[in-house]
Amino acid sequence: MRSYLGLYFTRIGFSVATALIGVFFALPLVWFIFAPFNPRAELGLSIPEPFSLANFEAVFQNGFAMRGLWNSLVQSVGGVILVGAGATLASYALSRSPIPGKSVITYILLLFSSVVSGSAAMVPIFLIINGIGLIDTQIAVILVFAGGLLPTAMFILRDFIDSIPKSYEESAMVAGASPVQAFFDVALPVIRPGIVVVVVWAFVSIWGSFLIPFILLRSSEKMPASVAIYSFYSEAGTPIVTLLAAYSLLYSLPVVILYLFVSWKFGFRFFGGIKA
Amino acid sequence: MASIRFKGITKKFGEFVAVSDLDLEMNDGEFVCLLGPSGCGKTTTLRMIAGLETPTSGQLLIGDRDVTFLHPKDRKISMVFQDYALYPHMNLADNIAYPLKVRGEAEAKRHARAREVADVLKIGHLMERMPSQISGGQQQRTSLARALVYPSEVYLFDEPLSNLDAKLRLEARGFLNHLQRDMGMTAVYVTHDQAEAMALATRVAVMDAGKVVQYAPPMEVYRRPATTFVANFVGSPPMNLLPVEATIADGALQLKADRVSVAPLPVSRSAAAALKNNGKLTLGVRPEHLSIARGGEANTVSGQLFANENMGPEKLVTLERDDAARFTARIFTDDVIALDATVTLGFSSEHIHLFDPAGARLPMDGEPV
Amino acid sequence: MKSFSLLSRGTGAAFLAPAGLLIGAFVIAPFFWVIFVSFTNRSLLGRTAVDPDFVGLANYFSLFDAATFFTRGEFGSSLILTIQFVLLSAVVGQAALGMLLAWMLRSVPRSLKHLTETVAIGAWILPEVVIAFAWFAFLDYENGTLNMIMEALRFPRGDWLLSFPFWAIVVFNTWRGTAFSMMLFNSAFSSIPPSYFQAADVAGASSWQKFRDIGFPLIRGHVVTDLILITMWSFNVFTPFLLTSGGPSYRTEILPIYTYRIAFRDFDFGKGAAVGVVVMLINLIFALFYLWVMRRRAKGVAA
Repeated sequence: MRSYLGLYFTRIGFSVATALIGVFFALPLVWFIFAPFNPRAELGLSIPEPFSLANFEAVFQNGFAMRGLWNSLVQSVGGVILVGAGATLASYALSRSPIPGKSVITYILLLFSSVVSGSAAMVPIFLIINGIGLIDTQIAVILVFAGGLLPTAMFILRDFIDSIPKSYEESAMVAGASPVQAFFDVALPVIRPGIVVVVVWAFVSIWGSFLIPFILLRSSEKMPASVAIYSFYSEAGTPIVTLLAAYSLLYSLPVVILYLFVSWKFGFRFFGGIKA
Repeated sequence: MASIRFKGITKKFGEFVAVSDLDLEMNDGEFVCLLGPSGCGKTTTLRMIAGLETPTSGQLLIGDRDVTFLHPKDRKISMVFQDYALYPHMNLADNIAYPLKVRGEAEAKRHARAREVADVLKIGHLMERMPSQISGGQQQRTSLARALVYPSEVYLFDEPLSNLDAKLRLEARGFLNHLQRDMGMTAVYVTHDQAEAMALATRVAVMDAGKVVQYAPPMEVYRRPATTFVANFVGSPPMNLLPVEATIADGALQLKADRVSVAPLPVSRSAAAALKNNGKLTLGVRPEHLSIARGGEANTVSGQLFANENMGPEKLVTLERDDAARFTARIFTDDVIALDATVTLGFSSEHIHLFDPAGARLPMDGEPV
Repeated sequence: MKSFSLLSRGTGAAFLAPAGLLIGAFVIAPFFWVIFVSFTNRSLLGRTAVDPDFVGLANYFSLFDAATFFTRGEFGSSLILTIQFVLLSAVVGQAALGMLLAWMLRSVPRSLKHLTETVAIGAWILPEVVIAFAWFAFLDYENGTLNMIMEALRFPRGDWLLSFPFWAIVVFNTWRGTAFSMMLFNSAFSSIPPSYFQAADVAGASSWQKFRDIGFPLIRGHVVTDLILITMWSFNVFTPFLLTSGGPSYRTEILPIYTYRIAFRDFDFGKGAAVGVVVMLINLIFALFYLWVMRRRAKGVAA
């Protein structure tokens, strides 16, 4: 009886505490639900009356802002193609070919990628990009992200490929397929879920990032949304709240959609474990 | 169809010797089972035929082609894998037709052929399903269909029935047996299940620690196991083995052990050579050759009753001896057997197997060696 | 003679090449390049941009100059600030709050669990620029949601980013990153067989006793993993820049922001590179420790 009551009160206490923490996480985001639809939005929280899409119209008419979203897309998709293709090929080789010291290579790459963070290496990255004459180009952003994300992507994918029985490719080869046929007909489709996870992760990482495009790009028409968003600040440095809110929502949308997609497809623990 | 020849083949993984100096010939149209416990090298042997492992040394021939270093795709072989290796992204039709696709057959033609094979295997109605949507038995038959859909010189099976439950396994085993009679294919079949090997093989190669211990037709392996290892591996329950003191006296072989009486046996040439005068041997009797007997008679073993199990058609009566060794009898009777604490099991002389201290069989005179 | 393998050595090398090139050029080359640059007086403009001089350890001496080491806006002060930031926001904030949440979420109603998880994960996955702006609005003096609540509760308003800038970025980083720890611990807890907890329930253990005696000891390995990862990430995080730009008067200038200012505001690449080298050394220690823990665990499982 006593322990039953105890469990009951624990449940209530935990629920109250959880709800409070939940509110702590929700509060800074609540503003975002209303402000984009409020043509008179300020930094304060207020329910729009009436709900309106005027802010979005203004954003859509702002060519520079729309260009920012487009640039984000170009850079993210470009990076994702390099990361996806590069990591798939490389991790397949690490998993299936008899290259000596495979796991040492994987670990050393992982070590480098965690040591060489964007904030520690911003100087040499800038200098290298400058040195090969790619400063202020979108391809520079794409290349830098591809290099930085590849080791982790390879690590995740290699784990995934290692868990796939070799008998898939073996049976294909016994049946007459060449190694390349076996890779494209059999291995690649079986690895696809792993590639999807890596690709989504890479896309979200590039899409949301600020520092790398901020230091590598100069001209405003090449800026991704994360940097272009600062054009919604007036000369004096005060934000044009209405447009910023609407733009932020648009800019966040792909991330939210991809997150929902991954959690629907794989359950969200996948997303949580992805960096671990 | 073609024969297979291993010439002095050794396979090492690092320091570990998986297969050691193997010489083996499999004739055209033979169904050879590689039988042994896990780690004995049977799967490695099979995978070398498939080309999925390369021998460290030696030579391998299929027909009269030297295939030692040939890529699997060029060997004209089929293989059924333990985990079936059905491609999860293809439906059954595409799975079965995949080998034909690789050979450049047109889609209509290869699907027609796949359907033909599938119908024989009673999975023709499932062609649109994905592998995840069919039962384990159907998956097994799909992988079999994929192996049969194109002409091969050699068919390889890597424990293809081990993932099925007991009833399906019997059914599939019967089907494979039928198929072998029908097609007369050259097949190599890996299993750790002696009953499977007995049921299917034209010859069984019993392997232990990378070597073939005995290579003979199943009944030969059963009747005249070459070593105590084979005796212990083939048969269910396995052969009872008992260390005995042996002496040659009065022109007869006398075997002695505590609470065991064995009538004097004729001295075979092999026993004479192994013993000189006296020494230790191992006596073996199969459970199905034992019956309940009375104490004190010749050809009996006595001990304390350990277990008495009803198996349906038969009973397993196990006694335990003072040295903790156990002796099991398989007795076919509907009678209720009354057993007291002391049990005596009897056997006749012709069912006695003898092994030398190293475990090698001591054949009777006139027995083929 | 050539042994069979699913992918021959040559094809394997070809498969590795594209990734290898990219990683070589943009991860490994920067690693060595930054060390090289840190021994020069390279700058963005002027003669030393093209033809920098070798200055030996001068950049490092200037970082570790005892006279100015602790002066606000200098390296030492920024380093200490960063350590405080990491300890408070990652170790105390993210890990402790994540653990608390993961534990409590096990025994709260499903809908509340989903809701809480959703907002926490939202904070974690949304783009940093958006999050920073949300917090900017949240903390605004005039209209910010926080001050609205303070007022409703009859507390005085605060100009949070000016009066408590350091605490603002600590809470901000806790808020931003807790979801990762929460999810990691969550999946760690659910890998424990439920019968362990049921046995404790039968014995009449309280939630705290179950946590102390069963839950925590069994996921200790995950805690170490989590602590190392979130420490490394917080140590390298640039996001607070978007909220405070390092100010006011360098009070939120953690090392990544400091590096950025030295290199891209003062254009002193040599010194910026030297900071980068120190940061990478610290990263290296964490990373090696992490790999050591992982390897030891892998061996433990095998044994």
